[in-house]
Amino acid sequence: MTATTTAQPRPRRHKSSVSATALRAGLYLAMVVTLICILAPFLWLIISSISSQADLITLPLSWIPQHPTLSRLAALTVGSTTDDSALGFRAALGNSIVVVTATTAIAMVTGTVAAYAFARLHFWGRNRLVFVFLATYMLPPIALILPLYEFLSGFGLLDTRIALIAVYSGFVTPFVIWLMRGYFEGISTDLDDAARVDGCSRLGALWRVILPVSLPGLFSTAVLAFLLCWDEFFYALILTQTSASQTLPVAINDFIGRHSTDFGMLAAGGLIAALPPVLIAFICQRYIVSGLTAGSVKG
Amino acid sequence: MQLFARRQLRLTGRWPKGEKWLAGAMIAPAALVIFLVAAVPLVGVLWMSLFHHVLINPNNQPFVGVQNYITQLTSQGFWAAAERSLLFTVASTGIELILGLGLALLMNQPLRLRWILRGLVILPWALPGVSNALMWRWIDQAQYGALNALLTQTGIASSYINWLGDPHIAIYMVVLADVYKNTPLVALLLLAALQTVPKEPIEAARVDGAGSFQCFRYITLAWIKPVILIALVLRTMDAFKVFDTIWIMTRGGPANSTQTIAIYAYQTAYESFNFGGGAALGYLIALLIVGLAAIYIRLLRGGPVT
Repeated sequence: MTATTTAQPRPRRHKSSVSATALRAGLYLAMVVTLICILAPFLWLIISSISSQADLITLPLSWIPQHPTLSRLAALTVGSTTDDSALGFRAALGNSIVVVTATTAIAMVTGTVAAYAFARLHFWGRNRLVFVFLATYMLPPIALILPLYEFLSGFGLLDTRIALIAVYSGFVTPFVIWLMRGYFEGISTDLDDAARVDGCSRLGALWRVILPVSLPGLFSTAVLAFLLCWDEFFYALILTQTSASQTLPVAINDFIGRHSTDFGMLAAGGLIAALPPVLIAFICQRYIVSGLTAGSVKG
Repeated sequence: MQLFARRQLRLTGRWPKGEKWLAGAMIAPAALVIFLVAAVPLVGVLWMSLFHHVLINPNNQPFVGVQNYITQLTSQGFWAAAERSLLFTVASTGIELILGLGLALLMNQPLRLRWILRGLVILPWALPGVSNALMWRWIDQAQYGALNALLTQTGIASSYINWLGDPHIAIYMVVLADVYKNTPLVALLLLAALQTVPKEPIEAARVDGAGSFQCFRYITLAWIKPVILIALVLRTMDAFKVFDTIWIMTRGGPANSTQTIAIYAYQTAYESFNFGGGAALGYLIALLIVGLAAIYIRLLRGGPVT
């Protein structure tokens, strides 16, 4: 028996070490190719945004800009400018920040409180209701926009940030409920019981005990909610008309019409809209990945 | 003392009765928002779809019953758009699943530098849809775009191709942009599932003489199958709803070749100003999505790997 176990692997090991080296080389090659595919398009967006127009329309294309300039990025953010569309873009940047922050705050508060009820309290129809909520999150905006437009125009709320905040809260709240319910269910009910013994009410237990231990889950949910709103285009396209309420995606859509041949300006606009979510994604990566996978991998 | 109190709490039904009211109060704010922004409009759109409502004649909106649905379901434009949506959905979801699985397996390999890949894979996912579409619109640009420059400078193509201007090619360029953005999400979901695959059955199968492919096919793949299904349904739903990528890249053109059902519904309502028809289309799309959502929810409840 000892003879077979020691003798058999020998010839195999020699053979497999050659193929193992080839496999490793293949894997590293695949990794390099994947990295290039991931990085190259975004790198080109960055290069385009700092290239002069002359660099971008040189044929054949030279990949390194001869006259790099930060003027467009500056015009769209902090530098002085008199260009109308650049000023509109800045207003849109401000609108995006206001709308996304307010929506995230509202959805986090209402969604987290509701999620706790769904995770801990016993009432009729609990499971059915949470899945109905989840289904509303998935409804296509195209199905809801016509009546929403009528209501909002009836209340005189068209082209206001309040309208966007209200509509966004409608789909971000069920998203928050879904993620936070899953997170709360992962926390032992012993904690609630202990809080109860120490004289806490239900809400007291949520506030004093459950929320403090849920901070990582709250954080990852808030980050995902923020990114979800930042990305929204369809509702904003229809519900906003002027720089009073236009958000960044709509401003970029307008840019395409106005600067159809100023490729550098378009790239700069796309890059600035992308920077906040990309930076947040890299900084909060661990939380984002855990939130993403918790929402869809666990039931 | 505390232990005793806790046991008593457990024996006597833990928390006081009347939780129903507390639960109602805690859910009410969220339910109100969702009710106003989702449930009421969903009924509203059904109502609107039953009337003949066009902009050129705003004061005359007769009740027409299911006429808008009949008109849409017998129109060539609708079925052409539905076909394009199907093509877009099958192509993008299929490629994303295959590439996503490959990427997840690669990130799961014990390679020294895999942290770089795991760290950077989130970049395309984090790009806003509009930025991603704008980026690809510029890369695919016919005259000055990077794709034509790359292909001609490396000798792969001999002449420039009008990627977004050719009705036979444009839809695949839109698929490419969608694949770039969404493959990382699929890969991250599948990676999370791969990390839960137990090692013992694979080792046991190896001892019994199973090859690498057999182990992968019958153990790894079987184990992560529920998550593959979830990713499939999730991506299918999103692909049927797709609007921003296509709108920014092609506006549904050229020659309507990228006009999917969401674009078609938008153009019916906001470019042809046929609100009744747009509402009917919106409701049909909602029904399709709700059907897919029901499958998705069933999969989640089925208790896939945790």
